[in-house]
Amino acid sequence: MSSEWTNAELIQQYGIENPVMPYLRQDRLPHIWCPGCGIGTTVNCFTRALSESKLNLDEVVIVSGIGCTGRVAGYMNLDSFHTTHGRAIPFATGLKLANPKLKVVVYSGDGDLSAIGGNHLVHAARRNMDLMVVCVNNFTYGMTGGQVAPTTPLGPTQTTMPYGNFETPFNLPFLADACGAVYVARWTIYHVRQLAKAMKEGLEKKGFVFIEAMSPCPTLYSRRNRLGDGVDQVKYYKERSIIRNGADTKEVGLSFQGEIVVGKFVDRERPTWLESMNEHLGRVLGDKFTPYGV
Amino acid sequence: MHADPKGVMTGVHFIDGDHAACEGALAAGCRFVAGYPITPSTEVVERFAARIPEVGGCFIQMEDEIASSIAILGGAWAGKKVMTVTSGPGLSLMMEHVGYAAITETPCVFVDVQRGGPSTGLPTLPAQADMMQVRWGSHGDYMPIALSPSSPQECFDLMIRAFNLAELYRVPVFFMMDEVVGHMTERVVIPEASEIEVVERRLTAKRPGEYKVYGTDGSLVPEMTKAGDGHRIHVTGLTHDERGYPAMNAMAQDKLVRRLLAKINAHADQLVDVQTDGVEGADIVVVSFGITSRVATAAVDAARAQGYKVGHLRLIVCWPFPAKLFAELAGQVKAFVVPEINMGQMVLEVERAVAGRARVVSVPHPGGTVHEPAVITQAIVEAGR
Amino acid sequence: MSDQEGARKGKGGTVFVRVEVCKGCSFCIDFCPTHCLEFSHGYNKKGYHYPVLTRPEDCTGCDMCGQYCPDFAIFGVRLKDLEARQRAATPEPLIPSQP
Repeated sequence: MSSEWTNAELIQQYGIENPVMPYLRQDRLPHIWCPGCGIGTTVNCFTRALSESKLNLDEVVIVSGIGCTGRVAGYMNLDSFHTTHGRAIPFATGLKLANPKLKVVVYSGDGDLSAIGGNHLVHAARRNMDLMVVCVNNFTYGMTGGQVAPTTPLGPTQTTMPYGNFETPFNLPFLADACGAVYVARWTIYHVRQLAKAMKEGLEKKGFVFIEAMSPCPTLYSRRNRLGDGVDQVKYYKERSIIRNGADTKEVGLSFQGEIVVGKFVDRERPTWLESMNEHLGRVLGDKFTPYGV
Repeated sequence: MHADPKGVMTGVHFIDGDHAACEGALAAGCRFVAGYPITPSTEVVERFAARIPEVGGCFIQMEDEIASSIAILGGAWAGKKVMTVTSGPGLSLMMEHVGYAAITETPCVFVDVQRGGPSTGLPTLPAQADMMQVRWGSHGDYMPIALSPSSPQECFDLMIRAFNLAELYRVPVFFMMDEVVGHMTERVVIPEASEIEVVERRLTAKRPGEYKVYGTDGSLVPEMTKAGDGHRIHVTGLTHDERGYPAMNAMAQDKLVRRLLAKINAHADQLVDVQTDGVEGADIVVVSFGITSRVATAAVDAARAQGYKVGHLRLIVCWPFPAKLFAELAGQVKAFVVPEINMGQMVLEVERAVAGRARVVSVPHPGGTVHEPAVITQAIVEAGR
Repeated sequence: MSDQEGARKGKGGTVFVRVEVCKGCSFCIDFCPTHCLEFSHGYNKKGYHYPVLTRPEDCTGCDMCGQYCPDFAIFGVRLKDLEARQRAATPEPLIPSQP
């Protein structure tokens, strides 16, 4: 494999490899994502987070739904589940509750998580289910050809909003915050260091973690709206992003090519579903109850 | 393997079918249930929620049936025996995950306490109208197993078999109760744990790297593993190869779908379970299942009293349908009479297996009550003319 | 590899490019902190221009290019890390492989 690289003699001599590779299923690469798509960059950040986290990777499980981002699970060298459309969170809930030792990560797209899977998102946050959810937000349905999503800002056209979107989008961090998530952050793929750090913090956090990662869809969203290539979107992220850690999530809604508030918005403590169950049943049932999964 | 005594409430009980079904699941080793309330099935999960903290396991009431039906599949891949419980409208919502369970070969039990439909229909009243839905309800080709208990005792006994079959064949197993069986209270004898045979999951002994998540080594059912065991598996609802990797081509589809069907169809003879009474030498055979078999017994007795040579065949395993058995019987009897609380579902299978070699008489009933025995007797008499 | 553009080593660091995997998105080129990468003149087999280390003297080996790359087609290494490895009697792999 190393012969494919430039500077191959150095690779040979030092026995080095791309640091992301151990975390990927190399026999499945190259991946299916388009040139200029940012999903791969988020995955790149996720591998850094895994590397930094020092977790036992045999106990880290990744669950995806359907769509472009839904393919992430299949590329990770972890126990991985590519589930049905919108249902990554309840599948992940089942994994976590059936074996609480697992660290369960849900990695999916904005349409999958907030439209068809919206009900599960709000309830998992309400329950403080111990899951880390990475939501790659590209404002559109990529796999099916660029339809309007619950995240599409007002204005741009989509194949099913051919005259421009007139539906108010979700402000995802506000939604997750309002429902009770204990960690809420938004970064773009311009902010690779911060995104990787947020993912690392998310992996180490107990409870419902929601990380929105804004990412370009050059093929469908950008082209249709004359926004240039993937890199042009990332340049827009660079120019119009404002880092505001601790921002009131009410104030971080997105508009078409407008200002983007990024940062770690929420980081608080609340008992997880399992902690609440064990604490409550222990109190009510006394000796008859053996704490579950601890 | 014997049942884990922690889940077995040995003794003689006076409980309804819903409660007995829950005890059967606990005895079978079910330790993770996700459910959503729906009449007339809710008592199953209510009991599970009350019992599981002391048995050791987990129950969660999810936000809907869609979530419940996939949470259990996550639970299965984390290593637990799992179940969800519902009734018609909920079952309709779960159908996508029946397909996901089928293609990912996830052992699981779906309990369906049937009520009148379509749609909200008759929430508190019985039907047997989901028989074809469980066979064909999810898109694509697959073959589930369906059991049909006719008493609270069978709700206990057959539930253990449902879990065992799910483990043996790695398919969704449907437990086809109905409102009457679910709410009927009778004597239920729960034996000692040492007298209950349970099938444990066949987990691979292969090391990471050697193990292929859908490698069958020539058999029809692959060995399983669980998340966290270090095998770094990939599981997808897409058509996949032996490694579990998506394989978007006709060859992979051919290989996978044929095996999914074959693993049940090739074992159909072992799976057949019918209860017969006087079928040998009968002119007419009444075919029934679930609660209808108990009504049909009265009808059969009445027809016999009138001098008709009537046999009674009760389907305990409805899917796979015992087509071979019916093909054999078709040469010996004049007519089959098929009462069911739907407008004619399993009768279609009887007709298909009999293939015109005997009369097949449907005794449909849209639901809300069980049949009047006289209606079935009348059908027997007419078939015997 | 069809041509050896970019097979150069700077003072601070260097990059490795898997030419045939690159889809030419230019994230690495545009967001390199020291602007030491440029597109190749030639194309890879898929028809994309790929990054070339045209100002190796400016490369610090910070691996920002590696972290931006959506295709896992580039990474950077600091030369001091390489030298440290050379000094080690039996060098451990820089990143241990998973079993």
